[in-house]
Amino acid sequence: MTKTLLRLGARWLCLALLLASRSTVLYAQPLSDSGFLAALGGLPDAGFDDKYRIVEQLAQSGHPSARAVLSAWLDDRLYCRTEDKKVFVVKPGPEDAPTLELIDPLTLKDAGSAPAETLDKIVANNRLRTILEQSLAHFRLSSPDAATRLQAVQDIEQNLNADNVQLLRERSATESDSRVKQEIATGLALAGLDDSDTQARLSAIATLRGTLRQDVRNKLRSLTEKAPDGSYVESDKQVRQAAAAAVQSIEQRRSIYSGIQTLFFGVSLGSVLVLIAIGLAITFGVMGVINMAHGELMMLGAYSTYLVQRAMPERIGTSIFVAIPVAFVVSALAGILIERTVIRFLYGRALETLLATFGISLILQQLARSIFTPLNRSVKTPAWMSGTLQLNEALSVTYNRLDIVIFTVLVFAALLVVLKRTRIGLEIRAVSQNRAMARAMGIRSSWVDAMTFGLGSGIAGLAGVALSQITNVNPNLGQAYIIDSFMVVVFGGVGNVWGALMGGLSMGVVDELLEPWAGAVLAKIAVLVALVLFIQTRPRGLFPPTGRASETS
Amino acid sequence: MRKYTVWVSARKDRGTKWFLGGLALVAIVLPFLNLAVPQSSAFHVSTYALTLVGKYFCYAMLALAVDLIWGYCGILSLGHGAFFALGGYAMGMYLMREIGPRGVYGNPVLPDFMVFLNWKSLPWFWYGFNHFGFALLMVALVPGVLALAFGWFAFRSRVTGVYFSIITQALTYALMLGFFRNDTGFGGNNGFTDFKDIVGFNLDSPRVHAFLLVITLTMLALSYVVCRAIVASRAGRVIRAIRDSESRTRFLGYRVENYKLWVFVVSAVIAGIAGALYVPQIGIINPSEFAPLNSIEIVICVAVGGRGTLYGAVVGAVLVNYAKTYFTTAIPEAWNYALGALFVLVTLFLPRGITGLWSRIVEFAYRRGFRRESQAAIQQLELTRE
Repeated sequence: MTKTLLRLGARWLCLALLLASRSTVLYAQPLSDSGFLAALGGLPDAGFDDKYRIVEQLAQSGHPSARAVLSAWLDDRLYCRTEDKKVFVVKPGPEDAPTLELIDPLTLKDAGSAPAETLDKIVANNRLRTILEQSLAHFRLSSPDAATRLQAVQDIEQNLNADNVQLLRERSATESDSRVKQEIATGLALAGLDDSDTQARLSAIATLRGTLRQDVRNKLRSLTEKAPDGSYVESDKQVRQAAAAAVQSIEQRRSIYSGIQTLFFGVSLGSVLVLIAIGLAITFGVMGVINMAHGELMMLGAYSTYLVQRAMPERIGTSIFVAIPVAFVVSALAGILIERTVIRFLYGRALETLLATFGISLILQQLARSIFTPLNRSVKTPAWMSGTLQLNEALSVTYNRLDIVIFTVLVFAALLVVLKRTRIGLEIRAVSQNRAMARAMGIRSSWVDAMTFGLGSGIAGLAGVALSQITNVNPNLGQAYIIDSFMVVVFGGVGNVWGALMGGLSMGVVDELLEPWAGAVLAKIAVLVALVLFIQTRPRGLFPPTGRASETS
Repeated sequence: MRKYTVWVSARKDRGTKWFLGGLALVAIVLPFLNLAVPQSSAFHVSTYALTLVGKYFCYAMLALAVDLIWGYCGILSLGHGAFFALGGYAMGMYLMREIGPRGVYGNPVLPDFMVFLNWKSLPWFWYGFNHFGFALLMVALVPGVLALAFGWFAFRSRVTGVYFSIITQALTYALMLGFFRNDTGFGGNNGFTDFKDIVGFNLDSPRVHAFLLVITLTMLALSYVVCRAIVASRAGRVIRAIRDSESRTRFLGYRVENYKLWVFVVSAVIAGIAGALYVPQIGIINPSEFAPLNSIEIVICVAVGGRGTLYGAVVGAVLVNYAKTYFTTAIPEAWNYALGALFVLVTLFLPRGITGLWSRIVEFAYRRGFRRESQAAIQQLELTRE
């Protein structure tokens, strides 16, 4: 099978090179080792015309090393030794390395090293590169790896001609992977649009209707347009109508998917806000006031992530799992310290608490500035979190955003479990609903206060871990999101985790929806104005505190 | 009860006399030391120092406005800097038009930044600002109308306490974002600067600066008298009742919203005037004046001085801003620590501020039997304690 393919590739190459090459050999037998070496040996003295011929010869040779040599050439890693004109592949390395590691092109084994000045690069021009790329695409089309084959088909689609259409057709019969097969069908249909038979064009359009791709849409649309002289590009009316219908169908589905994409962006932005706001909501339960130092507790979490990564630079991928508990504990301890030293003396004095926590936020910010400097600290994104999940042609989600959504869901679920299923959760709820009664029932309210504040601050630390993956870690990290999250809390109703969830998600989605046509700043202002108006109808947010707690604040 | 109110007004009046006397002293002595005393003399006060003092008293006026609503009505506004900055921008617009063809681009109508942005004509909201009187009207009107609209929405739906604080902070934040944009028409990032003169007087001259300082102190004294009159009036007592128990006041039949709205607007207008006095002395206004931190710094000035005393706010603003000038030049990193610690320590240990501390000292002195009068001070302390 491989041989057939190679032969086909060679045939296509020959056609492509017919004008330039002097070769008349269309079907060659697989080259022996000596033939392969002989072909290579011609390279150092070859002009570009000769090189085209040699590429073609190597590509059709069927020699097991041919592919490695050609791809090395494409990467500018094919050299010849000046003294004996022997050709070597060079290992990838820095551009200006003084010595180069050699590989024997025939056996692909190490062949020692040589100083860079004793070697001459075998140069390629643009045309040669195109030829090399195309011939490699044919190698890749028969690769055992489905992803490589898919990429090869996509490359071919960019450059369709009679020969590679034939190649795709051959491959389609033997292809087992469904995605590659579909891609081949798309490629064949694209080629089919230029078929002289009307029926073939119609069936090609029917196939292409199912895709979401922008380039396909453009190609179909071009069929419905008029040429400058007034005649239609596509002569058949039926085909034009089919093409127009297909364009409409593609556009419709694309707009649905782009709506989903915006929604996802909104949800991922919202889930960051949720993560911040649930921590605020919990500390609100203790203080009766929004904690102005919450942003700086997040900053502590982000710096903890940075320090954990510094401590284990070899394992960035796993460091994040270490950073999560570390950030939680660091922020929680800082929170408990703040509660024990300052806030507990201010119970019942809401506005003073607001000012005191603001003072703490200034101190923490300056502390970070003194220790870590005001510069951005780079937190590396683990490999498994970077990249994009391509769901289809019109819908892709980045892994870090997706992971933050998942992380938020997990934290929220864990928090609900703590609040609803544990002893401390019960006590927290009791104290924030009615402190005096809870005390009368024998709950140590001051201990519960400290624990609640610690819990809320710990969640701020977790939010800091999440933020370190999407923004710069610097002393102002907390300020960037904190006013937004205040809005979320006011919108959702203070002291209520469900309110924080709903508020955060809706703020995120509204922000993302407004941004394309209003711009980032105006969108923010619009949200603020909308919030002020919303407060007119529900002064205590979506989920207002009920019962006695509502009267005390 | 009657005896109490008579006593309070008498005592407050004594405080007022001292306070106004102090302002008058500054207004006479500083310009004299600047203009009449030769530069070689040790008693000479530089124009820079004069401007600095002028700046402190502008902030003091803003602090007075904050104290009026926070100290007496219990409304904590974390966005009062917005009214200050709006007043400043109104004055800045006049000063920009006053530059006329002396700008870098020499356009007689358009300010430099508009020429730079390739604007062809003056936006409608810039009309009229070439008249000083119109600008003065806007200095009071713009913050006043904004406060009226904002307060009407907020108080009508009974947004109180912490919610109101957060919303006002959002207000100033939104305005900051808006003014940072170039296409809003207020000079974007850079704001207004390079002013030449004010009603024909050169802004570089020390005499004009001395005069501006005197004006600032006069306006401060005037605002103080207005605030004092408000809090001493019958309405002032309703306002204090709202601070101490809003629902009870409402149940007694007072229209709480109207009282709050009215005092909020007065406070915003005072803040606007303070901003307008600030701009010609400092020579620049830009969107960073809207930063939430500025507003909250003024609140801490009031807390330091002692809220609910009016003169305490002025004392606090001057002291805190002097400390800021000192720290930011001497040990820059220390300022944020000091400011943060100030927030925490004042709320923890000095809930009634420096002037409250004075009352405590008086109380202490009484216990030792030094002064008989101080018994009255303690009575008053207990009556006003929350």
